[in-house]
Amino acid sequence: MTPKALTISQFFFKKRLHLTLLVLILGLAYVVSSIGLGFQTTALFHAQDGLIWLLHNFIPNAESMRYWQDIGHQLVRTFLIAVTSTTCAAVISLFLAALGANTLSLNNAVTWFIRGFSSLMRNIPIVAWAMILLFSFKQNDLTGFLALFFMTMGFLTRAFMETIEDFGMDKIEALQATGANYLQVIFQGLLPEIAAALLSWVLYMIENNVRDATLVGLLTGTGIGFIFDLYFKGMRYGAAGLVVLAVIILVVGVEVISNLIGRLIE
Amino acid sequence: MLEVKHLMKSYDGHKRSLTDVSFTVATGEVAAIIGPSGAGKTTILRSINQLIKDDEGQVLLNELDMRQLNRSQLRQARQNIGMIFQNYNLIEPLTAIENVLHGCLGNKSTLAGIFSLYRQSEKEEALQLLQKVGLGNFAYQQCRHLSGGQKQRVGIARALMQHPKLILCDEPIASLDPKSSTLVMETLRQLAIEEHISVLINLHQVDISRQYADHIIGINGGQVVFDDHAEALTDTAAAQIYRKDLVLNEEAAV
Ligand SMILES: Nc1ncnc2c1ncn2[C@@H]1O[C@H](COP(=O)(O)OP(=O)(O)OP(=O)(O)O)[C@@H](O)[C@H]1O
Ligand SMILES: [Mg+2]
Repeated sequence: MTPKALTISQFFFKKRLHLTLLVLILGLAYVVSSIGLGFQTTALFHAQDGLIWLLHNFIPNAESMRYWQDIGHQLVRTFLIAVTSTTCAAVISLFLAALGANTLSLNNAVTWFIRGFSSLMRNIPIVAWAMILLFSFKQNDLTGFLALFFMTMGFLTRAFMETIEDFGMDKIEALQATGANYLQVIFQGLLPEIAAALLSWVLYMIENNVRDATLVGLLTGTGIGFIFDLYFKGMRYGAAGLVVLAVIILVVGVEVISNLIGRLIE
Repeated sequence: MLEVKHLMKSYDGHKRSLTDVSFTVATGEVAAIIGPSGAGKTTILRSINQLIKDDEGQVLLNELDMRQLNRSQLRQARQNIGMIFQNYNLIEPLTAIENVLHGCLGNKSTLAGIFSLYRQSEKEEALQLLQKVGLGNFAYQQCRHLSGGQKQRVGIARALMQHPKLILCDEPIASLDPKSSTLVMETLRQLAIEEHISVLINLHQVDISRQYADHIIGINGGQVVFDDHAEALTDTAAAQIYRKDLVLNEEAAV
């Protein structure tokens, strides 16, 4: 009895030790990085001056309302780019994920290639994608589209692959046992089971890409990001503030809609 | 009908999960495989329709050796063997009737299978099968909303849709309450009598095996330790099948 009780207390002691270590490491990381940057947490208390200036200048006024039509037009374009790039990427990602998932895989080499490729696509920051593509495609909607497309493809391929792998092999086997072939098993068994999960990934990515599209537009000189830049550099702060407000409304709107869709499928 | 001869299987190349298993199942017979956990019951069942590749031996279904078939031949042979699982393994977001129709994927072209292009006659048959297992009113319900017993009966209808000669059941009632269990076992028994389908069931309950099976096969440590009529399974014989030392000997021999 005694040795067993001892191991139990040892077990929980070990667990607590791990947690304590983790907290210590995080604390240390903060201290080291803030010293390295010369950043003082107390500086946050003085941030109010900056915030007051910001609020004062960026509140859209009657004058800036003249711009709302331009802003609305660019907002729609940005939104459409986010949606089309995500949906295009999703189709290709699904195909890649089905080939790359360990549980379905026909060939190990293919699996490794797809894993490597998707992690490369995903780990190049969206800003870097935009800069690189800017060289070849110039200031153009296509540049923004492609930047979002590549990053999304990498991300979704990985997410889809994990969704497929989480799906139990036993259901796949049940269909194989009826004599169904590979593609039939995928379309009749796998896809219906994971469709809801795939859709929620796509919705998440659309939300994310609406935000990123703004940033990419800033760099590639297109869409809502471009006119923000324009107004900002032209010191039309009220109009720039209106752009920010419009982006916030769009992002929140997309989030609300995607939540609604998510609830509908369940 | 089904002849299993000298079947052998090892998952890791060292430890044998099956050592020389042989038995036969006659047409229209209900046979139960019983034995302790880890004895190899699941392994035997899954070798029969080649969900796992065994190492040696023969699995003859009406003289056709399941182990010698190529991919498309195997696909064809599998249509003769329905399978029912402890966890039902239905596609939960689909409706009951769609799951039943999966039973005829084996004889469909790839495209027809992908796009669910079933014939009118097949759809009608699927509905009839659901009525037969008492689920006529649930045909258009998503399977995730069905109870365990109802799911298992959808599973049976899916197997019947294949027009099988043999149905394999891996602990079909292990997750069910007594009432649903009785219903499922009785349905299986009826199929054997009325449609002359052979039924091979992995079971954990000795009394249920005696009650529903004609023929009982006892497995312990990957070996057949009992193979006789259900009446011949006395309590002593049953205790013998579940004897621990056989399993231990097997492990000691490794
Ligand atoms: N996929 C696998 N990989 C490795 N070993 C396995 C695998 N499946 C089964 N085994 C081993 O093979 C032996 C027989 O397992 P099997 O699942 O056939 O037993 P069972 O009689 O069905 O047991 P239970 O009554 O618990 O379902 C066990 O020792 C098990 O550890
Ligand atoms: Mg088992």
